[in-house]
Amino acid sequence: MNGTQKQLKAGFPWKQVIGLILSLTLTFLALWIAVGLSLPVHVTIAIIVSLAIFQAFIQLFMFMHVTEGTEPVHQLMGILFGIYVAFTVVAGTLWILAYAL
Amino acid sequence: MIDSVKSFLGWFFVTGDPMIYGADASIALVSIGIVAVLTYFKKWKWLWNEWLTTVDHKKIGIMYIIAALLMLFRGGMDALMMRAQLTLPNMHFLDAEHYNQVFTTHGTIMIIFVAMPFIFGLMNIAVPLQIGARDVAYPFLNALSFWLFFFGAMLFNLSFVIGGSPDAGWSSYAPYAGAEMNPGVGQNYYLIGVQISGIGSLATGINFLVTILKMRAPGMTLFKMPMFTWSILITSVIVVFAFPAFTVALALMTIDRLFGAHFFTIAAGGSPMLWANLFWFWGHPEVYIVLLPVFGIFSEVIATFAHKTLFGYAVMVWSMVAISVLSFITWLHHFFTMGNTAPVNAFFSISTMLIAIPTGVKIFNWLFTLNKGRIQFTTPMLWALAFIPNFTIGGVTGVMLAMAPADYQYHNSYFLVAHFHSTLIAGTVFGIFCGLHYWWPKMFGYMLDEVKGKWSFWIFMISFNICFMPMYFLGLMGMTRRMYTYPAGLGWTPINVVMSIGAAGMGIGFALMAYNIVWSAVRGKKDTTGDPWNGRTLEWATASPAAEYNFAHIPEIKSRDAFAAMKEARAAGHAETVPPYKAIHMPNNTGIPVIMSAFMFIAGFGFVFEWYWMGIPGLIGVVACMIARSFVYDDHHYIPVEKVKQTEAATGRLS
Amino acid sequence: MTDATLSLHEKDRSQMPIEYSTEEGDLRIVGFWIFLAAELVLFGTLFGTYLVLQSHTAGGPTAKDLFEIGPVMAETIVLLVSSFTCGLSTIELRRHNKRGLIGWLLVTILLGLVFVGLEVNEFYTYAVHEGAPLSRSAFLSGFFVLLGTHGCHVSLGIVWIIGILLQLGKRGITPVTARKAFMAGLYWHFLDVVWIFIFTAVYLTGWVI
Repeated sequence: MNGTQKQLKAGFPWKQVIGLILSLTLTFLALWIAVGLSLPVHVTIAIIVSLAIFQAFIQLFMFMHVTEGTEPVHQLMGILFGIYVAFTVVAGTLWILAYAL
Repeated sequence: MIDSVKSFLGWFFVTGDPMIYGADASIALVSIGIVAVLTYFKKWKWLWNEWLTTVDHKKIGIMYIIAALLMLFRGGMDALMMRAQLTLPNMHFLDAEHYNQVFTTHGTIMIIFVAMPFIFGLMNIAVPLQIGARDVAYPFLNALSFWLFFFGAMLFNLSFVIGGSPDAGWSSYAPYAGAEMNPGVGQNYYLIGVQISGIGSLATGINFLVTILKMRAPGMTLFKMPMFTWSILITSVIVVFAFPAFTVALALMTIDRLFGAHFFTIAAGGSPMLWANLFWFWGHPEVYIVLLPVFGIFSEVIATFAHKTLFGYAVMVWSMVAISVLSFITWLHHFFTMGNTAPVNAFFSISTMLIAIPTGVKIFNWLFTLNKGRIQFTTPMLWALAFIPNFTIGGVTGVMLAMAPADYQYHNSYFLVAHFHSTLIAGTVFGIFCGLHYWWPKMFGYMLDEVKGKWSFWIFMISFNICFMPMYFLGLMGMTRRMYTYPAGLGWTPINVVMSIGAAGMGIGFALMAYNIVWSAVRGKKDTTGDPWNGRTLEWATASPAAEYNFAHIPEIKSRDAFAAMKEARAAGHAETVPPYKAIHMPNNTGIPVIMSAFMFIAGFGFVFEWYWMGIPGLIGVVACMIARSFVYDDHHYIPVEKVKQTEAATGRLS
Repeated sequence: MTDATLSLHEKDRSQMPIEYSTEEGDLRIVGFWIFLAAELVLFGTLFGTYLVLQSHTAGGPTAKDLFEIGPVMAETIVLLVSSFTCGLSTIELRRHNKRGLIGWLLVTILLGLVFVGLEVNEFYTYAVHEGAPLSRSAFLSGFFVLLGTHGCHVSLGIVWIIGILLQLGKRGITPVTARKAFMAGLYWHFLDVVWIFIFTAVYLTGWVI
């Protein structure tokens, strides 16, 4: 039995509950900023995208156990490279086709 | 009734050209011939048990290479037809429509169904042996990848005789490739055939990435791996992250054509430029997918036949890592002329020049490996040595094309065509021929004949230069790619004649290589040692061909060039103790991959013709196979100690 | 399979959770992570496409005309909660509690079914009642294909988890079934991550612009 499992045996799933509360809070916060406030469009978009990225990392670390395994460096590198390429395709496509937006 | 059947058949089968009827007849005859031979020699069961259901990486590798060689023949015939049409002005050998189909299938087949599967075949054969593993990480998935590629390729080739071939070029630019301007099934064949084999490629990428990361023999740290294995590791990374973009691009165009969406149309707000953007987001990394592995092959071959360890190992590795990162930010250089803003063109021009740096560094590494080596001019070594200058010409002209303002002059001229053939033939094709000769004894246990091998090398290499060197000048003289004929009096004729002679020479070189394969199968020298080239890496430490389980004992690795070190230790008189054999755990054969891929083929054919009564049951069959596989728990067996002893004794390795 | 088999790295697995306890489980989970990383690029490409085409409404309905806060928030909350219940199922897996694992997985796929139902209803409303099917404009093509791809992933996940539930019922928690349940969990959380970006890039951005 390692540390995590002992802790899990102990009872209440704090990590999961905190993750859920944070996710719901961030979701409603983003909704309020987008619909409730009337900030300039690019400011609003910058804020809600930051909130989304934050929420994605909550899922990754609190729910998905990304740092577990015999050699977690493999999946961490994989996810990082995936984020790099996904960011490149979104940002690159928007930049290249910006004149058509 | 009879009339409607007749009109259906006339539409279903490609008609009207005597060459097509000839092809129909030869395809029918070859198929009947294969069935007859298999039945006569009662080989159906053997075919099913030994090949169709195998999960052995070495057999899968051989099947990849056989399929790729057949596709190389088809793609080469396309090339010869184009050269025949262009030899003289105002030729009527092919009409415009037919010519468009020929260059489309030539490009698609050569990239997707020759270069990639040939490389996948070589890596299937060599990588697990080089890292001292008994198979890949997911043997089932490996078989599935092969069969998806195979059925994807078959679907694409079917367009030749049923329904009509695609004709929008291998890059299939919208809006021409869309339903409005390109009705009929040809373009659907391209989209769905390439999609099916692309899914297999993605799975291969994941498979080899995990195999290399997790399954190396004890002691083999990342920086003790052979360079070919390194190149496949990096290639797998690029495959895994580039192919999803292509999957999406192909799917979006399929949805455009089949369901009336507006991604790439002109009407209703679609963006044809978006296709070019997505296609090349995959297409540029794809260039490195077919080049990095051959860099790995040349690194192995040059080190082996210069009898030296590779110069600048770490620099080689880091330059490949740099290429993997940079390869995802250069894609726009394929469409500088699309009307992008100046900062966009400037960024991609600079990133393209940047990626030439790590590639150039590698050239120097090979040269310094040769420096003061004892060079042995075998056939694989000749291919590797010829690669260096020929590929460098392709690289340097690439840097010329990378300058965005200059590209406005070169774009879509024969200068460009010459450039990418210089990289893809002098790089990829020389590389796969090099690897084929080098690893042939490991695959089959006999050598390819050196004399015939060298003849085919010299004929092919010289003809390549006769064909493609003049092409640069033809491009600068103004001839553009994809034109199906040209008028006399432009001064293009002499160059075109010379190029066609070169193309024919390449065909002769390839035919000689094919003859060498057949001749050597009968009379070739047997490889009894398992180490015919005095190799440096682990694949030569086992028998040729390797036993099902590769290594009876997994080797312990202490340094780079592990097998060379072992041989030195042996020569120095260090006795090896052979521990007792243990039962070896291996995966079971399974028919699910081939059946599942056949369902995929049926589904694909249905969607090509928009016959949903056929496509949807096909997809249901695919899902049913996946579910069936999930419930298989008895998927492995043990090879008993007695059997291992017998096998090892038969190869003379039992001390 | 207790001995080192295909792979030959001798690693100490006795300290690892059950799904990592065999060589095979370890290999498959790493491979699945790499697959999810590839899926990031797949969805990234769809997002890039959607964002370029967002304004290409060709005179048809715009994002603002179509999207309604109520149904969108319902879908979002259902999926977020299902990700939470899926996380609880992984905890029960680590506790070797078969009944708890099966129970939370059942809750998860029920929530998944509710999500798919809500999404199908949303699609039906747009395509039939609002006159905004996929073929109406480039914007709608991008919308339906991005969300449809996510919805297909969720549906496939439901089918997959049903298959795992059958195997769990029959065989209990073994290294193989544990590995499958764990991987399905990763997949489910990943789809939640994708939805967070759909919520932001499609719906919130649609209301803002």
